[in-house]
Amino acid sequence: MADQQNIAQAARREWMGLLARTPEEALMTLWGEFETPPSFVWLRNPEVGGVMVRGQTGGTGAPFNLGEMTVTRCSLVLQDGTVGHGYVQGRSKGKAEVAALIDALMQTEAATEVRAQIIAPLSQKMQVSKTARAAKAAATKVEFFTMVRGED
Amino acid sequence: MYVAVKGGEKAIENAHAWLAEERRGSTDIAELSIAQIREQLSLAVNRVMAEGSLYDPNLVALAIKQARGDLIEAIFLIRAYRTTLPRFGYSNPVETGQMTCDRRISATFKDAPGGQVLGPTFDYTHRLLDFKLAAEGEVPDAPEGQPRTEPTPHITEFLQGEDIIQDEPVSDAIPGDLTREPMEFPAGRPLRLQSLTRGDEGFVLGMAYSTQRGYARNHAFVGELRIGKVAIEMDIPELGFAIEIGEVELTECETVNQFTGSKTEPPQFTRGYGLVFGQSERKSIAMALVDRALRWKELGEDNLGAPAQDEEFVLSHADNIQATGFLEHIKLPHYVDFQSELELVRKLRREAEERITQKEAAE
Repeated sequence: MADQQNIAQAARREWMGLLARTPEEALMTLWGEFETPPSFVWLRNPEVGGVMVRGQTGGTGAPFNLGEMTVTRCSLVLQDGTVGHGYVQGRSKGKAEVAALIDALMQTEAATEVRAQIIAPLSQKMQVSKTARAAKAAATKVEFFTMVRGED
Repeated sequence: MYVAVKGGEKAIENAHAWLAEERRGSTDIAELSIAQIREQLSLAVNRVMAEGSLYDPNLVALAIKQARGDLIEAIFLIRAYRTTLPRFGYSNPVETGQMTCDRRISATFKDAPGGQVLGPTFDYTHRLLDFKLAAEGEVPDAPEGQPRTEPTPHITEFLQGEDIIQDEPVSDAIPGDLTREPMEFPAGRPLRLQSLTRGDEGFVLGMAYSTQRGYARNHAFVGELRIGKVAIEMDIPELGFAIEIGEVELTECETVNQFTGSKTEPPQFTRGYGLVFGQSERKSIAMALVDRALRWKELGEDNLGAPAQDEEFVLSHADNIQATGFLEHIKLPHYVDFQSELELVRKLRREAEERITQKEAAE
């Protein structure tokens, strides 16, 4: 039971994190191609705010406040009572709303379809751009060679 | 006598209308878009995010456009906007060890696991103007290698294994926040780091340079410099667990400093730390040097009376918005103040002249 709960939590963490980080345009395009949006009632209207990001001294030590980032959040409930939360980076209320709707749908029978049509393509798109950067970084890795000195 | 004056509304209105026109420049030239600033002046955007203390590239690009490229003015706009935002909370401390590194170099270990990755650097360019950029043209794709998928370990881990570098003990102490409570001295290292990371790049650079030139010399090596993206996690009360709420680009610098030991510490290497929003390499190295200089007391070093060792001096003057606010206010109307000064100088002058006349009459 606890294991199942953990698995469900890990899955939700994953899609919510993806929705937070994904570029707005890509999300909105896929959402626009998805079926008609479900009707819902706001629990918390979209609001823009700041989150103070913390660093750690020496990368591992005591925490300190580094600076803020913009975040938009909202909560809503679908007609069947499923609650969805949106927490996304930046200041787009539209993106937060779509993220909350997807979060809610992912907890319903529509999950398989939402995963196939939205979550999976987004995840793949972000992986592709991450890998492309990593590949460019790899090409700038220094290969050292030692010169042999001809003294004897 | 001073008579209250009103007026200037029309002049101010017209001045701002002209400002808008000058900001736009010649209408024969295409207007800059926010996206162009964000993508093509990204290091300016990074600097404004770091010193404005708000990570939001789009918003910062707008501020730079509005400020006509005056970065301190743009930082001012961002700081002002920041104060209007409700605070949703504090993130969990970022795991820079999990960073996807675009760049990662070490000046201390040639064969560091993960390698020396140069990334998109100005280093080793010849600093000659490239007139090709004056003409439009396609940029060829950058070459690609075998992408690294595993995290890149921190260099200091290797020295820690040998126990010859000062430890950074894990702590869950809640750090002070200078955006919430005014700074008090002694500030302590977490508050110092918050102040330095949003401090003026030129000021922090100058302070760091002074330590290299011999004021509180602490001979630093760049143990590691890394630039890349890290995910930001925060606990969400309504969920009961933490989720990623986004990702930010950071530059992290760890210096390794010679330390011969003190009354309380054995001979070992010590550390300075820099962590800055965006690709902000110069600032990050400078921050690490100043951080190290300010740690003299906890490490039992001597106070040499150097400016970079003086916490109150450094932290009170690092903020360019505080500095420019106070500096620039002196250009605003001070008619009353000046009127009284004028009266005073006239009176002193009159008295001095009278004394001379009396003296001459007496002779």
